[in-house]
Amino acid sequence: MSTTASMGSLKVPTAGQRFSLPRLRLPLWAISWLQVGPIAFILTVLFAAPTLLFLVVSFFDYDRTGIYPAFILDNYKDLICSPSTLRVYISSLKFAIIVWGITLFLGLSVAHFLVFHIRNGMVRTVLFLACAIPFWTSGIIRTIAWIPFLGRNGAFNQMLMGMGVTSKPLDFLLFSDFAVIVTYVHLFTLLMIGPIANSLSKIDRALIEAAIDAGASRLQIMVNVIIPLSKTGIALGSLLVFTQVMGDYFVVKSMSGGQSASVVSMLSTEITAMQYPPASANAMVLVVFVAIMVAFMMRVVDVRKELVK
Amino acid sequence: MSNHTPKAPLSVSRRQLLRGAAATAGVAVGSGAVTGFPTIWAQTIKDIVIRHAGPPVTAIPAIAEQASKDLGFKVEMQATEQADLLNRFLSQSSSMDCADVSIPYQKYLVGRNILQGIPVAKVKDWEKTIPLFTKSEYPDGRKAPQQGTAPFTVIYATAPDGQKFHEGPSDWLTGLPTVTNADTLGVRPDLVGRPITSWADILAPEFKGKSALQDQPSVGVIDVALALEARGDIKYGNKGNMTKEEIDKTITTMMDIKRSGHFRSFWTSFDQSVNLMASGEVVIQSMWSPAVTAVKARGIACTYQPLKEGFRGWGYTLGAMKHLSGMKLDAFYDYMNWYTSGFAGAFIARQGYYAAQPDNARKFLTEAEWDYWYGGKPAATDITNPFGKLMDKAGNTRDGGAFWDRLGNIAVWNAVMDEDRYLTRKWAEFITS
Repeated sequence: MSTTASMGSLKVPTAGQRFSLPRLRLPLWAISWLQVGPIAFILTVLFAAPTLLFLVVSFFDYDRTGIYPAFILDNYKDLICSPSTLRVYISSLKFAIIVWGITLFLGLSVAHFLVFHIRNGMVRTVLFLACAIPFWTSGIIRTIAWIPFLGRNGAFNQMLMGMGVTSKPLDFLLFSDFAVIVTYVHLFTLLMIGPIANSLSKIDRALIEAAIDAGASRLQIMVNVIIPLSKTGIALGSLLVFTQVMGDYFVVKSMSGGQSASVVSMLSTEITAMQYPPASANAMVLVVFVAIMVAFMMRVVDVRKELVK
Repeated sequence: MSNHTPKAPLSVSRRQLLRGAAATAGVAVGSGAVTGFPTIWAQTIKDIVIRHAGPPVTAIPAIAEQASKDLGFKVEMQATEQADLLNRFLSQSSSMDCADVSIPYQKYLVGRNILQGIPVAKVKDWEKTIPLFTKSEYPDGRKAPQQGTAPFTVIYATAPDGQKFHEGPSDWLTGLPTVTNADTLGVRPDLVGRPITSWADILAPEFKGKSALQDQPSVGVIDVALALEARGDIKYGNKGNMTKEEIDKTITTMMDIKRSGHFRSFWTSFDQSVNLMASGEVVIQSMWSPAVTAVKARGIACTYQPLKEGFRGWGYTLGAMKHLSGMKLDAFYDYMNWYTSGFAGAFIARQGYYAAQPDNARKFLTEAEWDYWYGGKPAATDITNPFGKLMDKAGNTRDGGAFWDRLGNIAVWNAVMDEDRYLTRKWAEFITS
């Protein structure tokens, strides 16, 4: 990281010559703008502009068939006063925290195993690819696939009954919070493994040897050396998992059998009923809520500082 | 497809037949008003495309294929599930020519410059359309049920622009009735273990964790109301048009039942309801007729159980979009008359729906199919679904008896209530609770 950074800033002219573009000599500020341009464009067009639009529409009036420009606070009032809002936020948050905890544990374990216990680089690459195999199909398929497996007469129940573990099928396996969490963990664990493995692989092995020499136990090495040094990866993974769960709608709907709701499924109900202003208000509240949660995570770990290190 | 064509008694030229029929109908109506296709030049009509937007259960590509063949211009189907479909009607009406509208949804569409009126004089088979829709009465003269959005109250328009409902018959329609049915609960007879006789059975404690509802406020709440009223919890003034108090009480009661873990699932799409039933996750649930036939086509027992409180009735109409004019409007009239002339009605009958012009559908059904679907008699031969798959074995009988036994016992129509916005909000609270 640091070497490329210094190259970029100090040797721009020579680099330009080396790639045989002698006459194209842009001023440094223009290069910066060009570099930041694409992402700025994407964020402006695909995030900032729609969000602004939602903000405006969230104050509009509506009925079943249309929306009418106005400035009313009713949409926010309805949202905040409705008992279902709090319920849905608590439920989404509950899923997010449980799934975060499980994927963090799994992600850290898997990444640690891949980075520190697999010595052969080739084997490690193959195992990494194996982790990614589920991503070859869409999330919808991976979600739906759990339904016949966990169902009342599904493969898992048949297996349990065949082994004599239970006498009658377990109903809580499907269309329940359990099913939702299983699916989330299945879908999102890789989002944790990737960033954590990345930061683990940057840890200087000498540090671990030094810790062993100094008499640290395995647990102490984990807690005092490895976890602090991989906190960037942990933070990034957590961020990905958390935002995915908060923004989900399909998994909750299909795996809970419509019994649990998420913030986004509430939003989608409003959209199908063409209640765009309350849906916009809902979206604004969700954006603010997630932004606050992310800001909080950023306070704990300064990802930006860690990334450029 | 190919397996239906031979059944059609008129394999020569459907176009010729229609032309002849149109002429007779024209005489019957008493005017030369049926202009339609005879005046359209074959050369110019082949460039016309009629885009039919409807739900997947009626906007079936095989029907469009046959229509294109018979009519000489192209018909395209755009199938979308109900809520999205309504949104499309409201926000993208220019992207379609023919709206396949669930009858109560006319309340959302009429008056918003989306549809135009259809002159009754342009309808070839108006006299063959069931009197339940056209006159609000049964063939035997009994008054039609009025709870919910009764079709009679929304199919007539005051003027050619079709922007206002007319009380009682007029010369213009908001849409031409095409399909109808009487809905009830779907049951797995092999798993319920006892006869199911009442809507209240969906809430019976013994089916805890084994029943499901459709997650759709305007229809779902009527199923719920039928069950609650049958159980004696609430007495409604009009189940199809509840007051705020009735909605509150319904939702509160249902929330308690839901929290007790009574429902296994809430389904939003046709295939979900089929899978819930076929996999045995659910043994009793609100269901649509084609879903029942789909479960049966998999060789699994499934009954569309008639209940003593009666059925929840509904219908679809074909509406003409505002932007249609000239030759394209004529093509629409042709298509509308074709759609109600039998082929489509027969096709849809094989998934358990009824044509609003049953005598026309009969022409395209075999004797055995007619007796099974409409007559409520034991099947003389094996009965197949619209796609040619075995649906019921010879000797079996359709649930619920003959056409008028079912449609003659409607407790309430599908509805858009006056408190629709409030209901949508409360239903969302129920689902998320």
